[in-house]
Amino acid sequence: MATFPPQFADLEPFADWALPSERDRYGKRITSSMDELQAFYDAAFPRLEDSTEYLKGVSVDGISTEDRNLLWLFSSLVTVSFPVESWRQARVPDSGASSIDVIVEPVP
Amino acid sequence: MAHFTKPAEGSWTEHFGLATAPVSYDDSTSPEHYRLEQDAIFRRTWLNVGRVEQLPKPGSFFTKELDAAKTSVIIVKNKDGELRAYHNVCRHRGNKLVWNDFPREETDGTCRQFTCKYHGWRYDLDGNLTFVQQEEEFFDLDKSKFGLATIKVDVWAGFIFVTFDPDAGDLKDYLGRLGAGIEDYPFGLMTQKHTYRAEIGSNWKLFIDAFMEFYHAPVLHAKQAVSEESRKLQSYGYEALSYDVDGPHAMVSSWGGMSPPKDESMVKPIERVLRSGLFGVWDAPDVGELPEGVNPARHPAWGVDSFLFFPNFMLLLWKPNWYLTYHYWPTSYNTHIFECSLYFVPPANAYERLQQELAVVTFKEYGLQDGNTLEATQTMIESGAVDAFPLCDQEVMLRHLHTVCRRYIADYEASRGGASLVSAAS
Repeated sequence: MATFPPQFADLEPFADWALPSERDRYGKRITSSMDELQAFYDAAFPRLEDSTEYLKGVSVDGISTEDRNLLWLFSSLVTVSFPVESWRQARVPDSGASSIDVIVEPVP
Repeated sequence: MAHFTKPAEGSWTEHFGLATAPVSYDDSTSPEHYRLEQDAIFRRTWLNVGRVEQLPKPGSFFTKELDAAKTSVIIVKNKDGELRAYHNVCRHRGNKLVWNDFPREETDGTCRQFTCKYHGWRYDLDGNLTFVQQEEEFFDLDKSKFGLATIKVDVWAGFIFVTFDPDAGDLKDYLGRLGAGIEDYPFGLMTQKHTYRAEIGSNWKLFIDAFMEFYHAPVLHAKQAVSEESRKLQSYGYEALSYDVDGPHAMVSSWGGMSPPKDESMVKPIERVLRSGLFGVWDAPDVGELPEGVNPARHPAWGVDSFLFFPNFMLLLWKPNWYLTYHYWPTSYNTHIFECSLYFVPPANAYERLQQELAVVTFKEYGLQDGNTLEATQTMIESGAVDAFPLCDQEVMLRHLHTVCRRYIADYEASRGGASLVSAAS
């Protein structure tokens, strides 16, 4: 079964990034290698770039399962953009053992 | 070179009557001093514990752990839609009344009454004791005398406050001129909420210090911007548009960075595509006119106002019409719980949801750097190797906070007739 709307079938290999909570998305980021993060970024970023009009047409209220998965995948891209565009490492530099965790977030 | 006008005295620090000498942080390094702060500050001021949206209907409640005030509280909306606050303790044997699985963890929900897990005593939403298991076994028990211990609760601009001081004045008076200036801000339109929580290994005041000055921002967070922009920011340094103080409360008004940026090559690719970043979504939603207390300098480059409502509630109002709150809840002299909530106008579509996600996640990346830096500060202050630290004029709000804290302690000790252990001087 398709995870995403049909026109995003090329993102199917990255379906495991469609995670509902920021906590899970960040967890997957910091346990991934830079090669894995780069591969996901390289596949997903151009699709975000050429899909902004589509996403503007997707209402958050009553969102379909496929569009919700797409929203979660692009939310993962947001967190993965930091290691790829800025840090060159999965964790935030100079953050040591400190952690800051989401305890309330919107659904979806 | 000064980019923005300073007061006639030549500095903000002198304008507010604060000393300019190096400061000591001995108010942040001892259990004894923290115990004084618990009694003199956290048990005597109004504390913000949440927002009205958390209690949507009669029976809605949440609990709040307040180590700083040595208690846990329950906030509930009663059948008449009024707010009530109680110490979270059963009148029978002192068990914590409302909790799930872990007694130290906060909880929320909806209920018709509160039932103690221990012996089944029940209280209605107004705190009255309504049921005692095997009541006939007790000795002349008058249930009307064993209701929950109440706490004063009040609401300002949708923010719920409690105080443990039965003689505390009106909340609106307490929040003073700075509160009055922004009480008509459209907080009620911004109900899309993301909350983050962190355990920080530093005194609570040190994290407020970090967020009441932006002098650190171009340096500590240098790698967050693209390198050319980063070099530019460091060469400018940082100056606030203006500062203000009213009683124990303070605010700093700051220019706005990149929202939206003049040159899109200065931002990261994800920011360019989502038109969002640390300063929020570039395209601000229409929320009507903002109240007079916002951007008090009326500066066109204005970006954010940061208010500190004493002792531990910070409110940041951003130019692109969103806001965030910081709370610093001490758990010991060198630890505290840091909570941050970001509030937006609810997104209409998936693109807007992603724009907000980028602002939220960017905040988190910065917060991780700030939090870790604080542990490094705390351990070295505690070493005692150095005890006089120079603060610049852009760190004026830090001086003010530590001065106010010491004054509260001195007043508290004077009210108890004892000799002051802590000097009121900064």
